[in-house]
Amino acid sequence: MIAPAILYVVAMIGVPFILALMYSLSDATTGEPNFRFVGLRNFGAALADPVFRLSLKNTFFFALVSQTLVIILSRVVATALMKEFHGKWLARFLIMLPWTAPIALGTIGWLWMLDSIFSPFDWVLRRLGLLGTPNALLGPMQNLYWLGQPALAMFSVVLVHVWRLLPLATVIQMAGLSSIPRDLLEAAEVDGASPLRRTFEITIPLTLPIISIAFLFGLVFTFTDVTVVYVLTRGGPIHSTQVLSTWTFFKGIEGGDLAQGAAISLFLFPVLAGVASLMLRMARKSEVV
Amino acid sequence: MRNVRKLLGRGGFYSLVGGFAFFGAFPFYWMMIATFKRDHDLFRPENNPFIFNEPPTLDHLRLLLFDTHYLQYLLNTFWIGMAVVLITLIAAVPAAYSLARWARGWGETLGIGIFLTYLVPPTILFIPLSRFASALGLQESLWSLILIYPTFTIPFCTWLLMGFFKSIPRDIEEQAMIDGLSRFGAMTRVVLPLGISGILTVVVFAFTLSMHEFIYALTFISVSVKKTISIGVPTELVRGDVFQWGPLMAGALLASIPVAVIYTFFLDRFISGFTMGAVK
Repeated sequence: MIAPAILYVVAMIGVPFILALMYSLSDATTGEPNFRFVGLRNFGAALADPVFRLSLKNTFFFALVSQTLVIILSRVVATALMKEFHGKWLARFLIMLPWTAPIALGTIGWLWMLDSIFSPFDWVLRRLGLLGTPNALLGPMQNLYWLGQPALAMFSVVLVHVWRLLPLATVIQMAGLSSIPRDLLEAAEVDGASPLRRTFEITIPLTLPIISIAFLFGLVFTFTDVTVVYVLTRGGPIHSTQVLSTWTFFKGIEGGDLAQGAAISLFLFPVLAGVASLMLRMARKSEVV
Repeated sequence: MRNVRKLLGRGGFYSLVGGFAFFGAFPFYWMMIATFKRDHDLFRPENNPFIFNEPPTLDHLRLLLFDTHYLQYLLNTFWIGMAVVLITLIAAVPAAYSLARWARGWGETLGIGIFLTYLVPPTILFIPLSRFASALGLQESLWSLILIYPTFTIPFCTWLLMGFFKSIPRDIEEQAMIDGLSRFGAMTRVVLPLGISGILTVVVFAFTLSMHEFIYALTFISVSVKKTISIGVPTELVRGDVFQWGPLMAGALLASIPVAVIYTFFLDRFISGFTMGAVK
């Protein structure tokens, strides 16, 4: 009864994966998709390319920073949502919203919020006198140009990615929190352990496997996702937000260089395999899967 | 004194939760405002961007629905979603059931193996898959997406369903088999009805995962009328430097509302499904 699932997975994931390996060792292009073995030339060419090196660096920065933020914030949100309070239903609905909208469309909303002229953030900053006057803290220009300056563009991309992954991480953390035996916490409370101590000595250690799975999962996801960067900045300005996944797309599909694209996409594979095996170990420990 | 501290604590708690709710929901408020705002109001930097400075209008919605292929995108997305759900159920339900009942040894390893394929990134696969699609003559066809989307829905849904099936006691179907049903009969007539909430969760998930998908659709479809909403809105309504913000926001908002409503109904089920999968 497992056969259909396995057949599908082998045909549509296994075979293409091997094809990707073959492409990366060839000189195939969209116009001429024949295999001619060229060895590791594509990998060498990728490494020699400054844009590639920049996107490799950006990929790690983007993934590590956004996932660290996601884990910390989702912990806070999950703890809050485990409590009973007035308006909990509404709060939960609003917090979960970013997850329900198709990512590309949510990001389009942000694109308009980060607009170079009409950004509401800039409007508020101008109103507060922090922007747009000669002595203003953030400078005399009328706008910050969120997606037009390298550092702000990276900040924006991270922000939107955090926004979009926070709900899923929260759900995972809530699942983890609700698996802690209640009597354990009650016993600790009776024994006089402070909330802070209970957090660090009971809930965090007990949910550590689930937290690490959420972190690793988010990491894999962020390493390979193109949507936020593609929609917000297309890797710009001057490649300052270019990541490997978008670079693969621009090189391999838009540029038509199948071989280079495949080689770029495979650069992360050792990292991903490492992360996946870590996840597996964590999963075994916590008996997920 | 004590009451003051309690009040402060509560105030802090509500502002924390409120802050996160604001963070999550503000972009949607922003879409809504732009959907109904007149262009004249929308494109004036000095106007307060958070409110309607001039009476709202339906112009953007009208433009979106009648002058673009938006309805076609919705329809395409719907058909793809339905087909993907069907394929996913056919593959994932029997797989999850047998993996859940084959708990030790090979069953577990295979289950982990199937889940791990979920982690093989589309970035690695989309170049070879685009060659696949062109070899099969499926370029610019919705079928290419219908064929490819199950690669991520099957692993995820199999894993999710395993958790649900594991929570159904074995005795139930053993009893049914003693009463003369075959293993398959026991699965379809006894276990599946009990696992219906898990199956519904999986339907919602497979559908929304395929609705959210971006990179494969971007790679395989470039003809406007064949696009899904995920790529139709960002690629067709943004022409060069001309951003039709009103219709764009309307398009993003309209597609987000129904899914948000469905998710709210399923959230509890999903959390419990996750917990079952996670802690058995």
